[in-house]
Amino acid sequence: MSAVRYSVGIDLGTTHCVLSYVDLESPEDQMVLAVMAIPQLTGPGTIEEKSQLASFTYLPHAAEIAEGSTTLPWSAKPEHLVGEIARNLGSKTPIRLVASAKSWLCHAGVDCKQAILPADAPEDVERISPFAASKAYLEHLREAWNHRFPEHKLQDQDLTITVPASFDPAARELTVEAARHVGLHQAVLLEEPQAALYSWIEKSEGDWRNHVKVGDVILVVDIGGGTTDLSLIAVTEQDGNLQLTRVAVGDHILLGGDNMDLALAYTIKAKMEQEGGKKLESWQLQALTHGCREAKEKLFNQPELAGMPLVVASRGSSLIGGTLRTELTRDELNRVLVEGFLPQVQVGDKPVVRPRSGLRSAGLPYAQDAGITRHLAAFLSRQKDATIELGHTPAENASFLHPTAVLFNGGVLKAEVLSGRLMSILNHWLQSEQAPQARLLQGADLDLAVARGAAYYGFVRKGKGVRIKGGVAASYYVGVESAMPAVPGLPPEIEALCIAPFGMEEGTEQELPNEEFGLIIGEPVRFRFFASKIRRDDPVGTRLEGWNDDELEELDEIEITLPEEGRMAGEIVPVHLSSAVTEVGTLELRAVSNRDGKRWKIEFDVRNSEESN
Amino acid sequence: MNTYTIDLSLRPTTFDLWHVCLAGTAAALALLLIVVLISVLVGMRRCRRAAVTDAAPVAPVPKPEPEIKIVEKIVEVEKIVQAPAPDPVVLKEATPDAALQLLSLLQKEARFIDFIKEDVSAFSDADIGAAARVVHQGCTKAINEHFTLAAISQDQEGSRVTLNKGFDANSFRLTGNIVGEAPFTGTLVHKGWQVTDLRLPKLTEGHNAKIIAAAEVEL
Repeated sequence: MSAVRYSVGIDLGTTHCVLSYVDLESPEDQMVLAVMAIPQLTGPGTIEEKSQLASFTYLPHAAEIAEGSTTLPWSAKPEHLVGEIARNLGSKTPIRLVASAKSWLCHAGVDCKQAILPADAPEDVERISPFAASKAYLEHLREAWNHRFPEHKLQDQDLTITVPASFDPAARELTVEAARHVGLHQAVLLEEPQAALYSWIEKSEGDWRNHVKVGDVILVVDIGGGTTDLSLIAVTEQDGNLQLTRVAVGDHILLGGDNMDLALAYTIKAKMEQEGGKKLESWQLQALTHGCREAKEKLFNQPELAGMPLVVASRGSSLIGGTLRTELTRDELNRVLVEGFLPQVQVGDKPVVRPRSGLRSAGLPYAQDAGITRHLAAFLSRQKDATIELGHTPAENASFLHPTAVLFNGGVLKAEVLSGRLMSILNHWLQSEQAPQARLLQGADLDLAVARGAAYYGFVRKGKGVRIKGGVAASYYVGVESAMPAVPGLPPEIEALCIAPFGMEEGTEQELPNEEFGLIIGEPVRFRFFASKIRRDDPVGTRLEGWNDDELEELDEIEITLPEEGRMAGEIVPVHLSSAVTEVGTLELRAVSNRDGKRWKIEFDVRNSEESN
Repeated sequence: MNTYTIDLSLRPTTFDLWHVCLAGTAAALALLLIVVLISVLVGMRRCRRAAVTDAAPVAPVPKPEPEIKIVEKIVEVEKIVQAPAPDPVVLKEATPDAALQLLSLLQKEARFIDFIKEDVSAFSDADIGAAARVVHQGCTKAINEHFTLAAISQDQEGSRVTLNKGFDANSFRLTGNIVGEAPFTGTLVHKGWQVTDLRLPKLTEGHNAKIIAAAEVEL
């Protein structure tokens, strides 16, 4: 077996995966982070190396692909088509395309190991599970690495995989499990906004200490292709050294750059249909989305342009006659993207939530309010007191947490129009409460920062450089029936019992020996499971009798089945609960027998498959 | 019976015909031997040289790739090798796959073949302009993705430049009033282009590069 030579970081993104690595044998001051070019099929028969692997899986029909045209350098016939080829083929055959598998991992109410994707595929299309799709991307990355570094197999290197800070324990567990399934047992998890900050620290080459000071609160805004992720990281001091502590994370918001391109395309489509009186077909909308993305980038990069012509070419071989043309003007761009996604709102505003219709649709729970600034306002307002325990004293009458610095991540924020707008709205809020302006931390690589930060994290784990303290991102509770006489017709009252406090650190364990449950051997027992991102002071064992809706968020149920193992089925075993945060970064809940100390794992991933039907 | 006494100190005072013939034969034989020896030497030398040239193409045994065939990525340019008169002129064969690949890329990204194959005379400039945008945007993308281009001369076009003795005649072409000796001074008409990096896709073994764009059938 070869020794650990590299620290590898994988950004397992919603739309793209990036792999970055650093040679651990190089001296600290000459550390070079590299992003690996990933060989992938771009079409049948052609292989190209790209720095990003598109996180798409295509499930081809048997007659669709010629024999031998999906060969990869390491495999004559890969099991799944992933990467650029999947996106290309899927753009014309969406019923066979698996996209956004990562968002499904964190989707309450579906069983992620059930073959449910593509969600709207007809009956005879073979489906795969979101878990299998994630596995396929990791497997491709593993093979690409091992092909490039046959002497240093990926399974032997330090490996960090990033997840959104808003991932719940079940989604984190699934990510680690997917890595284990493809032989990457050593993988540890890192939250994406933290990875972005690590990358910024690494890029500053030690200079970061001059850019932040004790008392700073850094707001990390990560707007990726499919999700928006928010985190707050506080700067404190210990023994004369600067310390970073992640104090809060936002909700899982399914809103990102792809939504913006789509919004532009629909705006232009409406305009064209009004002018031309002809309905656009779906392939034309697709081409329009593509064109809008390019026009948007041009308009953002060249402020002197008033508009960009858009053309939608015909599908046939006659190009000149069949081409539709229109224009994306700067007004439309500003109206749709700037006003639509970054509206000028007050900090007290909340995202609009329409009640979901009674029928649960099979799709992803996309954010209902596209106003990213409203989500940001709600996040900062909820986390008003997030830094009190670190000794920060928030300004009097502050209605929201006042960040002093901002770090951006994600390709969307490369556009200065958007990042500037976000900064100006935030500073407007700060100004209205007489707080100093927040400054933008410069020099971040918005596209590749997460993967680079993840690779750098391997360095940090070796004790070199500053480490961001984090722990679990929320407090977790199980629902227990309160001991009161049953009232006919009413469900028994539920109390929430805190089993893992906010910020519980990696490698620690907490037990609740005084809370005893009787578990029946051989029968699955389910607990309701809750998380709170704002109740940060509840110690383990706290029982909450009542709570507001925005205080506790209900997650999927958790389940435990005690195996028989020599006992009688039906026997009742008294147990108490214990929680641990693993070094990997996942939460583990266990039931511990009060009699002999035997432990059983409580499973997160028991999402009701019957509910999703 | 005659007896012959051999006296090596004896020198003939007169040469008869017999002895002249004998001496002539000996000289002729010696000459023949020298000629044969020389020709053998020359022959051996040639053989060795031939052996070296024969061995050359065999030496770099291509590493057997297990599954895919990596098609040569260089677009080869016809190049005249300056050689002494007797050797034949060697021309490099351009590999057709790379050329086909480039066409396929341009068609995929820029609808290049569709555009070229269409009769433009029937259309208005506005229509052609709209289509040209598709082609221009796509070509830009395809070329930027697969080639890194750089100007050969960093000077401003139209400025005066001087080429010193020994300049690379491949990179700089002299035109107009070419007389005298280097250094040459003249006006930079075109800054030139060169490909500094090239990233053509690799092709799988069974891939038919001649299919530039597959016919599309929607079900």
